[in-house]
Amino acid sequence: MSHRSFVWLCLLPLAVLTAAFFLLPMARLVVTGAAGPQGLAGYLAILTEPRYRATLLNTVLLATATTIVTLIVATVTGMFLQRHRFPGRAVLIATLTFPLAFPGVVVGFMIILLAGRQGLIGDFSNRVLGEKLVFAYSIYGLFLGYLYFSIPRVILTIMAAVQKLDTGLEEAARSLGASPWAVQRDVVLPALAPAFVASGAIAFATAMGAFGTAFTLATNIDVLPMLIYTEFTLAANFSISAALSVGLGIITWLILALARSFSGSAVAAAG
Amino acid sequence: MSAQAGHGASVRIEACGKTFADGTRALEPATLEIARGETLVLLGPSGCGKTTMLRIIAGLELPDAGGRVLFDGKDMTAVPIERRNVGMVFQSYALFPNMTVSDNIGYGLKIRGVPKKERAARVAELVALTNISGLENRRIDQLSGGQRQRVALARAVAIRPGILLLDEPLTALDAALRDRLRGELNRLLRALGITTIYVTHDQSEAMELGDRVVVMQKGKIAQIGTPREIYFTPNSRFVAEFIGAANIVEAAIENGHLVLPGGCQPIDGDANMPAAVAMIRPETIRVMAAESAPLSGIIDSVSFIGDRQRLVVSGVSNRSLTVDAPNTVRAKSGERIGLSISPDAVRLLPPES
Repeated sequence: MSHRSFVWLCLLPLAVLTAAFFLLPMARLVVTGAAGPQGLAGYLAILTEPRYRATLLNTVLLATATTIVTLIVATVTGMFLQRHRFPGRAVLIATLTFPLAFPGVVVGFMIILLAGRQGLIGDFSNRVLGEKLVFAYSIYGLFLGYLYFSIPRVILTIMAAVQKLDTGLEEAARSLGASPWAVQRDVVLPALAPAFVASGAIAFATAMGAFGTAFTLATNIDVLPMLIYTEFTLAANFSISAALSVGLGIITWLILALARSFSGSAVAAAG
Repeated sequence: MSAQAGHGASVRIEACGKTFADGTRALEPATLEIARGETLVLLGPSGCGKTTMLRIIAGLELPDAGGRVLFDGKDMTAVPIERRNVGMVFQSYALFPNMTVSDNIGYGLKIRGVPKKERAARVAELVALTNISGLENRRIDQLSGGQRQRVALARAVAIRPGILLLDEPLTALDAALRDRLRGELNRLLRALGITTIYVTHDQSEAMELGDRVVVMQKGKIAQIGTPREIYFTPNSRFVAEFIGAANIVEAAIENGHLVLPGGCQPIDGDANMPAAVAMIRPETIRVMAAESAPLSGIIDSVSFIGDRQRLVVSGVSNRSLTVDAPNTVRAKSGERIGLSISPDAVRLLPPES
């Protein structure tokens, strides 16, 4: 056996696994999506059918809002945690990263305990305002849940990026007369841009596709993963749910690619 | 603009010490005066407190209670760096990677609200002065080390600072480039005529650039003087050994002579002490035939350097003696050699406290 064919043979298990668990199901999904009564047009339903389109828009808005708020909270927190040493810092960081250990179902459960009908916020507002504030089962509850599990992922990336910042850059800007705000605007935030794109992409993709939390909070939340689930299990509409799945993947991927190229050109334009 | 503006501010630091939060004493309280337009070099090995002193003057560190920093007689101790009007060049250069060369140089002017046109004119002036024409639109990662150094200097000078602070600006460069840029930097600093404080651990940089040199050791000022004073009349063994090559000789004194194993060496002045520690520079020792020489010893090794040769001679003093001989002298290790030293080349050092 030649050296070359030996290497090819070693690649065989990988090829089999990839084919069995990735390529074949993908291909099947794509085929199923086009197998409905509308044929290939089923793929356009995600854009043309008003209910689907509204759900798509909802999902993108929710994921965008989650990403932006997560980045703001995580940047401020991450910068503080990386730059300051105080008693209990290690414990605080460990606590902040704790949500990573929870599945979406548990996060949803916690949101219900906080903002549900018997929740903490409802009890409190009932006593103070005489009115029960309940938002766990709406898109706001879902937003809170997504924030909860996006922040730890982003914080860790931001902290690593802040640690690698050359403090000399900030000192140089200050020596040239820059106020603390100007230093952040002109030096620190541009230097963190790659970390924002990388961790923001993860937060966005997670928020686009997360299912467990939405399913737990359920009832009247219109997001794509929930729509796919109902079309699939309740309506047994295989072709539409397959088309929606492919659409969800492509749209998420497109938005991430756009964000990356935009931030890339922004860096090039500034530099 | 006043007549003094081009020459910057005078600096006085009073009883400035620095103790860090963990209790390490980086700098013993020190007082130092720097005249307007003077170039002062802070020289010493790493950890001697020179960078801490620079950062106190810059406003990046606060001195311990009781310390004061004055620019032109005005107390600046509580003024943060962004309002001290100092130009600073960092060892890493700290150029902004998200800006072009000209945006880097113009950043301080932009912050000060200087109009675009005026800013461009000033940037062009500095690009010409620092010899980096053609690089204006480059990104920082497209520059060589030497080019970065020039951009960093141009950026610091662009704001017409009262004081220019340089923290080991040549250390990151390779040796050949460092030598070339040292000369260039020297001409530039003379041309600017601005008050400059320059931190380095390299004694040849200190010699070439400094009007005065402050030699520091373990957080204390060991000696302040012109490069000549520091070289020829060091006041301690540390300074003698840190600046240039030095032979340190311990010997008894009799009738104005050092009594050495290899002979007697006359010394200047009235040294009415029984023993002394003396410094002799290698280039002040003359080589001659052993028979007629006042001192003699055995050559241990000969290193041919090119413009001279360096001999290590044992048996003359308590320790082997380094001698710089002309490159024409024929010397072989193992041979006996004669040495003579002029009395005024022997510098007696005060006893170690």
